[in-house]
Amino acid sequence: MSGTTNSSGSSSDVPDAPAGTASSSGASGIEMKVMAPSPGSPGSRAARTAGAKAAAYPAYLAGKLGGAVVSLFAVLVTSFFLFRIIPGDPVKAMTHGMPTSAEQLATLRRQFGLDLPLWRQFTDYCAGALTGDLGMSYQFRAPVGELIAQKLPATLLLTGVAVVIYSALGLWLGTRSAWRHGGPGDRLNTGLALTLWSVPSFWLGLLLIITFSVGVGPVPGLFPTGGMESGGTSGFAYVLDVAHHMVLPVLTLVAVGYAQTLLVMRASLLDEMGGDYLTTARAKGLRDDDVRRRHAVPNALLPTVTMVFINLGHVAAGSILVETVFSWPGLGGLFYQALSVPDLPLVQGLFVVFAGAMILMNLLADLIYPLLDPRVGR
Amino acid sequence: MITTAPHLSPRRNPLLGSHPGRRLRMLLAAGIAASALSAVSPQAQAQTQVQAQATAQAQAAGAVRGAGQFTDGRTSAAGTGMRTDDGKSDDKDGADNVLTVAVSQSVDSLSPFLAQRLVSTSIHRLIYEYLTNYDPGDARPIPGLATAWSPSPDKLTWTYKIRKDSTWSDGRPVTAEDAAWTFDKMMKDPNAATANGSFTANFAAVTAPDPETLVIRLKQPQANMTALDVPIVPKHIWEKVGDFSKFNNDTRFPIVGNGPFVLTDFKVDQYIRLKPNKDFWRGAPKFDELVFRYYKDGDAAVAALRKGEVSFVPNLTPAQAASLEDAENIKVNDAPGRRFFALATNPGARAKNGGRFGSGHPALLDPVVRKALFHAVDRRTIVDKVFQGHAVEGEGYIPPRFAPYFWKPGASQRIAHDPAKAAALLDGAGYRKNADGKRMGKDGRPLDFRILCHATDPNDKAVGKYLQEWWGDLGIGLKVDCLDNVSDPWLKGDYDLAFDGWSVNPDPDFVLSIHTCSALPATPSGTGATDNFICDERFDQLYAQQAVEYDAARRGDLVRQMQSRLYDTGFMNVMVYPNALEAYRTDQIKSITTMPEAAGNLYGQDGYWSWWSAEPAAAGRAASGGGGSSAAVAIGIGVSVVLVIAVGVLTSRRRRATADDRE
Repeated sequence: MSGTTNSSGSSSDVPDAPAGTASSSGASGIEMKVMAPSPGSPGSRAARTAGAKAAAYPAYLAGKLGGAVVSLFAVLVTSFFLFRIIPGDPVKAMTHGMPTSAEQLATLRRQFGLDLPLWRQFTDYCAGALTGDLGMSYQFRAPVGELIAQKLPATLLLTGVAVVIYSALGLWLGTRSAWRHGGPGDRLNTGLALTLWSVPSFWLGLLLIITFSVGVGPVPGLFPTGGMESGGTSGFAYVLDVAHHMVLPVLTLVAVGYAQTLLVMRASLLDEMGGDYLTTARAKGLRDDDVRRRHAVPNALLPTVTMVFINLGHVAAGSILVETVFSWPGLGGLFYQALSVPDLPLVQGLFVVFAGAMILMNLLADLIYPLLDPRVGR
Repeated sequence: MITTAPHLSPRRNPLLGSHPGRRLRMLLAAGIAASALSAVSPQAQAQTQVQAQATAQAQAAGAVRGAGQFTDGRTSAAGTGMRTDDGKSDDKDGADNVLTVAVSQSVDSLSPFLAQRLVSTSIHRLIYEYLTNYDPGDARPIPGLATAWSPSPDKLTWTYKIRKDSTWSDGRPVTAEDAAWTFDKMMKDPNAATANGSFTANFAAVTAPDPETLVIRLKQPQANMTALDVPIVPKHIWEKVGDFSKFNNDTRFPIVGNGPFVLTDFKVDQYIRLKPNKDFWRGAPKFDELVFRYYKDGDAAVAALRKGEVSFVPNLTPAQAASLEDAENIKVNDAPGRRFFALATNPGARAKNGGRFGSGHPALLDPVVRKALFHAVDRRTIVDKVFQGHAVEGEGYIPPRFAPYFWKPGASQRIAHDPAKAAALLDGAGYRKNADGKRMGKDGRPLDFRILCHATDPNDKAVGKYLQEWWGDLGIGLKVDCLDNVSDPWLKGDYDLAFDGWSVNPDPDFVLSIHTCSALPATPSGTGATDNFICDERFDQLYAQQAVEYDAARRGDLVRQMQSRLYDTGFMNVMVYPNALEAYRTDQIKSITTMPEAAGNLYGQDGYWSWWSAEPAAAGRAASGGGGSSAAVAIGIGVSVVLVIAVGVLTSRRRRATADDRE
């Protein structure tokens, strides 16, 4: 899951609109002024646009849905073969260093279905996957679906909260930075965000643990060193306990992640700021804050929305490094354990879940674009 | 970096300039709502689970207290009450002494029939009794569930006396029938033999003629009958299990057992909680609770130890150990380990049917070359530089902590560090250096070896560097192949040398068996239990003799002869015995038994000695522990207050904004 780095790498310099929608200046900017859903200009044209949209949207929706289903199916099939390429005999790897007889190895192979020919394994896998059964994990002896379901809430909670916070923070700071670009606030914000973005998350996490969990000098150890709960609590105390455990990992993820949203938002808003429609808006006598809020920001939002959804797609995969440093019982750690065996059914299942989350979020983004920008989907 | 698009400088309204956009605010609010939503559902689930577990625990505690013996040593400990865990107690009667152990390995299964990982088998040692246990002093077999045992004169029938004073934690008595059923199940159901089938493969029949007698009949004599590492499970619980390959024993807590502890709660990769078994026949453990808490990162675990959140951390790196050396209230235990770290030489991979395969270097089939290579290895340097002193120089196959089997080569046999002799040996055998200083093989090609190294093990890499240097001086090239997955080339025999290591059990049968001909794969494409494709007639003869030798002294002698033979073949050259580095808090643990008792390790012992014997320190942890938990509440309240204020500010601003809009 290296998409994060890619998209940010390209977006730090030039505003990059991954959806391929026109958010750059020039002619399209003028067009955008007309098409943008600005409440001040209700005309016949806007009405026509709305009518066309109403007719086109179901077809657009069906197309996107179909595409998503096809991708998901492709993922399902590739995941089987992709991980068979990983070298290594799972049975040998699992029993390494343990007293094991040849009969026991044979039993394990039979239990895992590894004694069957590859095509049988594949048909069994397909039949299972289509009925929602992703198989049994080799190392944990439990259904893959169950294992994933066990760890998914923890990951969704941690990464989900972090993504929501850093997206919101990035949007807010990005807008401010762009609107007053070049000022000390802008320079401070972008500088700080970029510095934190370049910090390795595990290192920052460890520093936070040492500073705020163990305590350094006058700073008392306020937070737990790891885990998701202390155990033995229930009700509101449990919620508090989990929140207490979440503070440092969320802080780490937010600190390392918010620069991305900030920079994309800043760059795309800067692009909009040259737009003639803003001059028009000002000429109408709108106050500066309204110009930004009603005209500039909605037009600049599209690339950021794309990125927010990409980040939401990553939520399911969690963050292996942060989960490890804070011993958070999530999917990232499970994926690493599965890969190191390789625990084929578990790896396949996780791959399908990760890819599925990405496909779902992309689909959601696709469905939301036409609502944000009427030109999409026509 | 900052794009300078042409633009008009925006006018600022001093009143509204600092307001974020309205849509932005809505987004923020939506975000908070979303996070709250996503937070609620898993917690709600977890809550109900926790409640269920709490009631289960309460029942367990009731059951355990029912009979109430062995409470003498406890009352005083409970009175001092030094440590409350961060969590609130659910069924506690006052402050508790909690022993918290940091672990990183995930539990593979809690079923004794499936579990293979160290963490799981260690837990099983704590919750189930085995027929025999190991003496903490010298690891010789001592009574466990069996109080006495004896073989028949023909060596094929073993009779065990089962103790009367052991009860399952649900109150039922433990009988020979439970043991017989456990072994019988493993013999008849291959799924039940997944983890420990090697012990029962040679069993002919297991019966329990009366509740105190267990009789095991064997097909062939078997020497490890006093070291059967098989947890005995309660028949009345386990006979209801359908498919043993799928039952993980993690659905109902507390788990019914008869060991020194009762497992009361388990959450994958979060914690394993155990309560002392107050009725345990050897005496109840002194701590009120034993918790294995997960720390996936070693440095985070060390931080937790410094803070006092955990009492014990195993598997330290030398750097971590050094940083803890002068920490207050922390004792670092640098204990002799149970592993050996060896240089394995490919003897020419082959299968039982005689088929040869792999690409081992032919020059290594010459004993002189193997001997010369090992003569050039400076084990002192490896101990000092690579292991930074946390290891012992190795020679024999079995580490010194297993005194009954430990062997050292005699002066004439010993392959000491002697590069000059190595060069002389090679010269004498016809491997001469050419003009470039490269030593030439018999086939006229230079001697260039490959060594398989585990990419995940920094020690392998470091030793590899030294070997390159030392063997380079001899004129021998070495390519260090560090792979994430060494097992593929290894199984195919595609290696010349390899870094090898095994953890040795008190009974050496298994680590010896992996070098016998019968462990070879049946065909070149199959896989066997063999470690290094060694097949040596003399070694096999000795192995067969020791396997049927029931006299401990004579068996020890045979095992030493085997090690001598293995040493002479030069296929397994043990370089060092790495130490086990671990640390614990002396303000939480007053005393704890190491194994071996004189100087030994605590984590991953062969018995349950460390956790069973651990005594809580009287020194107060209550203050900081209680402070931590009240700080937690304070912070929780603080966070919620901040959230409420934030939401309030947002709404009020929004109202104001709409008011502005209306003007």
